[in-house]
Amino acid sequence: MFAETREGRSSRRAEVVASVILLVATLLLILPLLVILAYLAFQAAPVLSVDFLVSNPVRGMRAGGIWAPLLGTLYMVGLSLAISAPIGVLAAIYLNEYAGDNWLTRVIHLAVVNLAGVPSIVHALFGLGAFVLFAGIGRSILAASLTLAVMTMPVIVASTKEALAAVPMSFREACWNVGASRWQTIRSIVLPNSVSGILTGIILQVSRAAGETAPIMLTGAVFFKSIPEGDLFAYHLFDQAMALSLHLFTISTQVPDVPDPLLYATAVVLVGTVLLINALSIFLRVYLRSRKKW
Amino acid sequence: MTGWRRLEVLTEPVIEGAIRISGISAIIFVFGIFFFVFREGAGFLFNHLDWREFLLSPEWYPTSVANKRYGILALIAGTGSVTVLAMLIAVPFGLGAAVFVSEFCGPRLKEIVKVVVELLAAIPSVVWGFIGLKVMNRLIIVLFDAPVGLTLLNGSIILALMSVPIIVSISEDALKAVPDSFREAAMAMGATRWQVVYRVLLPAAKNGLLAAVLLGVGRAVGETMAVLMATGHAVKIPTSLLDSVRTLTATIASELGESPVGSEHYQVLFVIGVLLFTITFTVNLTADLVVRGVRRS
Repeated sequence: MFAETREGRSSRRAEVVASVILLVATLLLILPLLVILAYLAFQAAPVLSVDFLVSNPVRGMRAGGIWAPLLGTLYMVGLSLAISAPIGVLAAIYLNEYAGDNWLTRVIHLAVVNLAGVPSIVHALFGLGAFVLFAGIGRSILAASLTLAVMTMPVIVASTKEALAAVPMSFREACWNVGASRWQTIRSIVLPNSVSGILTGIILQVSRAAGETAPIMLTGAVFFKSIPEGDLFAYHLFDQAMALSLHLFTISTQVPDVPDPLLYATAVVLVGTVLLINALSIFLRVYLRSRKKW
Repeated sequence: MTGWRRLEVLTEPVIEGAIRISGISAIIFVFGIFFFVFREGAGFLFNHLDWREFLLSPEWYPTSVANKRYGILALIAGTGSVTVLAMLIAVPFGLGAAVFVSEFCGPRLKEIVKVVVELLAAIPSVVWGFIGLKVMNRLIIVLFDAPVGLTLLNGSIILALMSVPIIVSISEDALKAVPDSFREAAMAMGATRWQVVYRVLLPAAKNGLLAAVLLGVGRAVGETMAVLMATGHAVKIPTSLLDSVRTLTATIASELGESPVGSEHYQVLFVIGVLLFTITFTVNLTADLVVRGVRRS
């Protein structure tokens, strides 16, 4: 019964072949990414410097730095975060702590799931129709930030809800047993214990908002705008602004004769910023998971 | 009641009200998106739209002075071809990586792969478009002796790289959801790891895997900047991998800025937006239902 059979040999050979193929498939995913990033960094090296970050684009954007786009992205992402994070977290608290298991909750869940899958250009059209035109805000940082907020909110809701659901029910029950109200329980026990998951979700959406181009292209980001260098308060709420993601698009497709290192450097700063923010969230997740109390 | 508690009792209903309103806001946003996009395109939709010409004609000439035509068949073919080709590349690699990570590799390699997949997912679409424009472009011209590198092939490879992370992570969840007892039972009967995967896990997880592919498709259909920069600008039905194409999403992105607000061209672009929203809504809804089916069983 335990003797070596022909089928046994061939199926073990098949297993070795399969595991090699799968390993190769996985490596083929990882290696191109690393090679591409290395190539981008290599091509960008001549231009990358602190000066690149704090000086404005000049000569029709064929030289200089990326200060104006960088500041614009900072404004738009910051404002959109200030809107979407509080509303998103509160909505998740509602869904996880207050809502019953009825048809309304299921519809909300469906709405959140589908909102997360809407193409970015449709978000752009929505922003254009609702904020720029209907609400009369016009193309501005405010309209662009609102559009980004609508885009990031559903995912913040979903990840916050997951973080809240991970807190064991016994924690809440212990609170209720000593007479705490629902909000008191949430405020003092549930929220502090789910902070890591909530923060991770929010940080990931920050990096997504920083990289998006289409939603802001139609609602407030412009190809060029002149602002003083190094001035952190150069943009105002109803101004239009440059943005790093749109700037990369502009100089690689709309402006002729831009020197290659400049293009690659802009891409490197954008990718670098996004990856850094993501690395922060990964680090936060690992660090806070080690401090979990259950 | 102490002073603090009195304040809390007064503000609690306000806080809970805010929480409830935030909860409903998600539904408002979904309907809001559909409503506002529909509203801008409504003029064309109800007055001038000839469904047969719109959906079945490949002639897209919105800016012609003499003979305006709004046929989006070539654009649908562009979106369809890029998506199908991208999935043909992404699904084998994505499923393969998910199976590898879930069943075959050790814990340290698993962490590395998961981190890399997360970082792959984080790269902004405009950067992917840039990679297609600069790197893939030259590679294709050199490898295939093509006149132009901004082609269907270019866009599909880029799109595949973009869709793989979502396929990997959802497939991995689906495989993880299969109870260990299935694996143990198979191994007790003498199956090798590959046989466990092939004969037990893949069939058991097929709903979740299908959902993963559907969500990948949804991502690919909705992608804008990367395909705008990588597939070229030719509005025609592709006949070879080295043809330039244009997708529905890229058309909206590139033409909306130049069309006067409220004009017919402007409204048609919004109608295309409604079409896109409907397609991705349907795909995501199907994926969600498929996953729910798994959870129920």
